Amino acid sequence: MKMNKNQLYTVVALCAILLFIVIADNCFDAFTLRVFNLCAIYIILALSLNLLNGFTGLFSLGHAGFMAVGAYVCALLTMPPELKEMNYFLTPIVPILKNITLPFFPSLLIAGLASALVGLLIGAPVLRLKDDYLAIATLGFSEIIRVLITNAQPITNGAQGLKGLPRFSTTYTVWAVAGVVVLFMVLLMRSSYGRAMKAVRDDDLAAEAMGINVFKVKVTSFTVSSFWAGIGGALLGHMITTIDPKMFTFSLTYNIVLIVVLGGVGSITGSVLAAILVTVLMEALRFLDEPMNFLFIHTGGLPGLRMVVFSVLLMIVVIFRQKGIMGGKELSWASVAAFRERHSRKGRPQ
Amino acid sequence: MTDIVLSTKGLSMRFGGLTAVSDLNISIGKNEIVGLIGPNGAGKTTAFNVITGMYRPSAGQVFYRDKDITGSKPHVITEKGIARTFQNIRLFRSMTVLENVLVGCNLSISSGLFSATLNLPAYRKKEAAAREFAMALLDKVGLTEAAGKEATSLPYGQQRRLEIVRALATHPALLLLDEPAAGMNPQESLELMAFIHTLRDEFDLTIFLIEHHMQVVMGVCDHMYVLDYGITIAHGDPASIQKDPKVIEAYLGVDDAGNK
Ligand SMILES: Nc1ncnc2c1ncn2[C@@H]1O[C@H](COP(=O)(O)OP(=O)(O)OP(=O)(O)O)[C@@H](O)[C@H]1O
Ligand SMILES: [Mg+2]
Repeated sequence: MKMNKNQLYTVVALCAILLFIVIADNCFDAFTLRVFNLCAIYIILALSLNLLNGFTGLFSLGHAGFMAVGAYVCALLTMPPELKEMNYFLTPIVPILKNITLPFFPSLLIAGLASALVGLLIGAPVLRLKDDYLAIATLGFSEIIRVLITNAQPITNGAQGLKGLPRFSTTYTVWAVAGVVVLFMVLLMRSSYGRAMKAVRDDDLAAEAMGINVFKVKVTSFTVSSFWAGIGGALLGHMITTIDPKMFTFSLTYNIVLIVVLGGVGSITGSVLAAILVTVLMEALRFLDEPMNFLFIHTGGLPGLRMVVFSVLLMIVVIFRQKGIMGGKELSWASVAAFRERHSRKGRPQ
Repeated sequence: MTDIVLSTKGLSMRFGGLTAVSDLNISIGKNEIVGLIGPNGAGKTTAFNVITGMYRPSAGQVFYRDKDITGSKPHVITEKGIARTFQNIRLFRSMTVLENVLVGCNLSISSGLFSATLNLPAYRKKEAAAREFAMALLDKVGLTEAAGKEATSLPYGQQRRLEIVRALATHPALLLLDEPAAGMNPQESLELMAFIHTLRDEFDLTIFLIEHHMQVVMGVCDHMYVLDYGITIAHGDPASIQKDPKVIEAYLGVDDAGNK
């Protein structure tokens, strides 16, 4: 088989990424590695939200809820009985759950499927709503899920959360899943399903007139998005090794919305780049939340200053570059070449 | 008697106090080209919207090949074989010309999510067939070169043709065209009508089309219905419509754009 130049570039780029992941896993210190792996998880989460917001045009704000479902289901399936006993010291765990222990990958898959099921059940009624109402309804449902988790003590251990989860989200695991999601999204968007989703986003009336079952397309997109959100949540839980209901508040959804908008709604490469950018910045700017001495200005620690910076960034994007970094387009070798062409020509006299 | 493809019985559509369509009774035979004319705001588009399931009628029924399709969802109606275009062009703006047509092919591609995403052989075959069909359709309207362009970047006239082609991609038996000649000069309009005529023959279609310039459709229609304020004021062949005093009165004082 003969490869063209771009395919060759792609193979080289993939090898470079792979090599980087191996180096990172072996050489990064624990903190840096954690940030690096968090990037992968945010890539998964951003792409799953972009499927809805960007590609199907459904503005959902319920991502944290689906992540919570995934995280809890996976944790409950992987934790050994002794660990469960240690965690549930206030209210004992229901006996059936106590003795189930599955390996990580089946648990992860079940977590995704459970989250998809919840997505399907929630999607069926709320996807009949129009845009703004959909955002509000999904936000509400995500809060309901959180309240349920907080109160279902015999199952979820309530507000105490679950501690000491096995650290299954290794570098290779999270990046492999991120790779699968990127590939999945690329393939999905190339298929007739991807076209149907984009058609619904562009003009749902015209899509319907083309014989597309708009409601079914929306439910499919919502369910698939929930599936990956559940997977992302599960990976996050097994990376931090502690989960509790407070982790899954709206601010988590907000972070993901931020990445999707920043990267460009409807751009896969945009989401990937923005996920990395935001995750790294989120850590790099952590000093902002701490007390600072800046010449004569002395701040006594402003928790949340970081988020102010991000919110301002978000506002700037919304005002000046609504389409985000990638402007709804994809990064490809052709676009890189075009970019270089433009910039090398600028220097030369005409 | 030809067999009846589309008919309505006492079809009415009210919006609050306004009756946009009132007691519409039409009957369209196979392979006919039928016109629906009338001044601005006569209720022509509303009639289309009710027939294609975009609105549920306030009263009356719609029959497609003797089956009651009243209140069916638009996508179900399209699946049954009725396709339409829109008065104010509604192309998918983020997509290329070819992709727009491929969306129309979606019905014939229908596959599982997995087989489509993983590009499995069963899906790949259907997708390839759809692409071939889409390109053949584009070729008919001289849009082969433009296949990779963004749909909304095309000049207006080509966008109209693309919309017709996109509707054809759903393999309809009945095609509803909402003012396909809007914005065209008389020469272009006549060319378009000739094109519609050839489409009918080539794809074995039945065509129901809206137009508010009576002259444009005179030559192409087998018979036509005239609406005014939602009421059917006349029905007949073009020659008799032209002479009908009620029609002349409805169109009296109507300017070139159809405004009263
Ligand atoms: N969704 C709606 N809600 C309320 N009124 C409507 C609606 N759709 C149409 N109408 C009204 O119904 C009447 C008929 O409109 P319609 O669009 O069917 O006219 P038309 O014959 O297609 O006119 P034109 O030649 O301008 O396209 C108009 O008075 C219009 O304002
Ligand atoms: Mg109209």
